[in-house]
Amino acid sequence: MKRILFTQSRPPHGGINAQEGLDAILMGSAFAECAVLFQGDGVYQLLKHQQPERLGTKNFASTFGALADYGVDQIFCIDEDLAKRQLGTDELVIPTIPIKQNTVCEFISAFDLVLDF
Amino acid sequence: MKFAIVVQGAPYSHEASLSALHFVKAVLDAGHEIYRVFFYQDGIYNASDLIVPPQDETDIRAEWLSLSETHKVELITCIASSLRRGLLNKAEAERYERNAANLNTAFEISGLGQLIDAGLAADRTVTFAA
Repeated sequence: MKRILFTQSRPPHGGINAQEGLDAILMGSAFAECAVLFQGDGVYQLLKHQQPERLGTKNFASTFGALADYGVDQIFCIDEDLAKRQLGTDELVIPTIPIKQNTVCEFISAFDLVLDF
Repeated sequence: MKFAIVVQGAPYSHEASLSALHFVKAVLDAGHEIYRVFFYQDGIYNASDLIVPPQDETDIRAEWLSLSETHKVELITCIASSLRRGLLNKAEAERYERNAANLNTAFEISGLGQLIDAGLAADRTVTFAA
């Protein structure tokens, strides 16, 4: 079976990338083995206690909690990206597997298809 | 080699569309195959039949039409991205009771599954992001 990596690289609100990326992940899970890497400002997508309703945008962070039900349980974060933003894994809505910045290239190249949002 | 192309940028707002067009032509010129071009996010605006560019600028609408006619390149827009941004074919316009449809006939509206299918079927997937 082919393996797809989705990279979520942008912050959750202010643009629709994160939300449409999540839609793509859910669809991908129906076809193949999927993993997700949150990198750069993309790590903010996983923050607990978001209240985007006040902006008039959808609160989709809770959907990340359903990824496991779709068979997507390989969720990664780059250690340094969390540290730079002073975020701890306990502040995120789902458990993530930490990887080091200097292993990212090798990590990504192990997948058959990479879609970045 | 089979290529899947993903376009995520709106025409004229971002270079993504022109870069994708150049790349698709280069792929075909080199004797390779385009499995599908999938338009996602703001990329769906490439499929508007109402685009009227100034005469001294590249006619991106005509470029996609020409690729579709001469090379039978499959051009698919994501339905969720299209509907929320106001890109409709006749069937969707009727379904949602809107009084106009604006999809360029070279394009088809379909599901996000077409993106994943393309990525899995192609040897290479190249994304033109915004």
